[in-house]
Amino acid sequence: MKQIVVISGKGGTGKTSVVSGLASVGPKKVLSDCDVDAADLHLILKPDVLETNDFFSGERPEISADKCTSCGLCAEHCRFDAISDDFQIIPEKCEGCGVCSYVCPADAVSTLPRKCGQWFISDTRFGKMVHAALGIGEENSGKLVTTVRNASAEVAEKEGVELVLVDGSPGVGCPVIASLTNADMALLVAEPTVTAMHDLERVHSLTKHFRLPSMAIINKCGLNPELEETIRKFCTENDVTLAGELPYDRTFTRAQLEKKSIVEYDPDGLGKKIEQIWNSIELKL
Amino acid sequence: MRIAIASGKGGTGKTTVAVNLAAYLDSQDIDTGFIDCDVEEPNAHFFLKPELGPAKEETLPVPEIITDKCLGESCKKCIEQCRFKSLIWMVSEVLVFAELCHGCGLCELACPADAITEGKRVVGTTSTGKAGDINFATALLKIGEAMSPPLIKAVKKADSKSEVVITDCPPGTSCPVIEAIEGSDFVVLVTEPTPFGLHDLDLAVQLLKILKYKFGVVINRSGMGDNSVEEYLNKNNIPLLGSLPHSRDAASTYSSGDLLWDKIPGFKQEYEKIWNSIIKLTSGAA
Ligand code: SF4
Ligand code: SF4
Ligand code: SF4
Ligand code: SF4
Repeated sequence: MKQIVVISGKGGTGKTSVVSGLASVGPKKVLSDCDVDAADLHLILKPDVLETNDFFSGERPEISADKCTSCGLCAEHCRFDAISDDFQIIPEKCEGCGVCSYVCPADAVSTLPRKCGQWFISDTRFGKMVHAALGIGEENSGKLVTTVRNASAEVAEKEGVELVLVDGSPGVGCPVIASLTNADMALLVAEPTVTAMHDLERVHSLTKHFRLPSMAIINKCGLNPELEETIRKFCTENDVTLAGELPYDRTFTRAQLEKKSIVEYDPDGLGKKIEQIWNSIELKL
Repeated sequence: MRIAIASGKGGTGKTTVAVNLAAYLDSQDIDTGFIDCDVEEPNAHFFLKPELGPAKEETLPVPEIITDKCLGESCKKCIEQCRFKSLIWMVSEVLVFAELCHGCGLCELACPADAITEGKRVVGTTSTGKAGDINFATALLKIGEAMSPPLIKAVKKADSKSEVVITDCPPGTSCPVIEAIEGSDFVVLVTEPTPFGLHDLDLAVQLLKILKYKFGVVINRSGMGDNSVEEYLNKNNIPLLGSLPHSRDAASTYSSGDLLWDKIPGFKQEYEKIWNSIIKLTSGAA
């Protein structure tokens, strides 16, 4: 089984449109939405949820007002300012480090598992999909990404599907590192803007760090021919094969408004381009 | 006054709005500061083109084990206590995985032999400078580093003197953006009029409601999609601060790293409107 992870240095490059497009072509696959911070793939794929699982990570301290003597030791030692003046835990700030319960002389702090979100296995018109929703204000998206990725691989194995297509997390932080682990190929979606160029370099250094073969798609072509050329040159010089180019086109938005993939919405135009992109990916896989 | 510019996800034009609003304020002779808190992908400097001073390394505390004092195999209290698996027992000593360490200090508290002291590790850099009259600060997280909130905290300290400080927040609804927003008087959420935009806007709205911030919304690329964002704002009584029209001109000006507020017809009035709405909505508090 092979895993392709679609990533971009920053959000808004059209990564999710590319993923839903690729979902519509090629062999049967399991889809995996690892962009758990802002999961959008379900808006196009409209999954029927088959299975819902709670996601727990770390601990959630709780101070018992009955036992607490207001000595203040916990607040003094908490390095994340997560304990209020009236000795309540501020969940958005708490890292679950356990210092408060360690220092409390009155045994007033108990720890419970922390529910950080949910993840789902679903049916879509393109095959099975694994996706998640991180709780608002929760951290540890890296661990949730790992959960989604592992579940995707399991589903693929169970169904005898040879390919997992992952909508990766944006950025170069811990979630994207988690989405790249175990991948067979990274597909970088780049757009010709000054800022995206810079992000492409950062994200490329990450794939290099993991020694992952990578390919690139230039999206929004026609916006800035000069920068498009710079991206092409960057790809040639850095051993990143160009899988294809997509135009700056309102069709992307129109397809999104109708909740269709760009292949479904425009089979003869963008659809053909996505098919070509898939063919060149398949050759390298 | 601190104004945070945020969005549920990246790519909605958050940085564009932040830099153009700052440039507009500066043009109105308002003493303006700008802090780029998107430390994973700081982009504002491409647009405001500041002259920056030397980068300063920012560090987090990390434990250092004094091997001579460590009781070794029979103890391992620090390893048991660490919630982040950043300490392990290797061959015959305690090893620290600095990248996983949150710097909470529990191991030091738990060590019965005073064998742990506090060292430092670099998580990224900050730099400050001037973009014209704008006081500018930015930070860059080390690649592969997960702890961005402490770096965000550090760069936020860079400017406390400007009359209006604009902070460009990281995307999402988790700890980095919470850290970036903290202490703001007003939050501007930037979205676009598409199903993706609306979905992510709703997540950001939920977060701001939990954190109890005053906020309003700017619609970027207005006219590119449908009216669902406007309907959502009406239904939920959320103020629309302004709408920046969709144009290919704007997209290509942005792509080259240029400011838009004074170049695209209609934009200047819209930034003026955004600013006046912010003033109106915050005047009750000030
Ligand atoms: S677990 Fe750690 S971060 Fe949370 S309140 Fe206790 S000391 Fe503070
Ligand atoms: S350390 Fe324990 S007793 Fe003291 S204030 Fe905190 S919870 Fe209360
Ligand atoms: S400071 Fe906290 S996170 Fe770091 S090693 Fe010690 S116990 Fe673990
Ligand atoms: S708690 Fe202190 S003495 Fe015990 S193993 Fe850790 S460093 Fe060594």
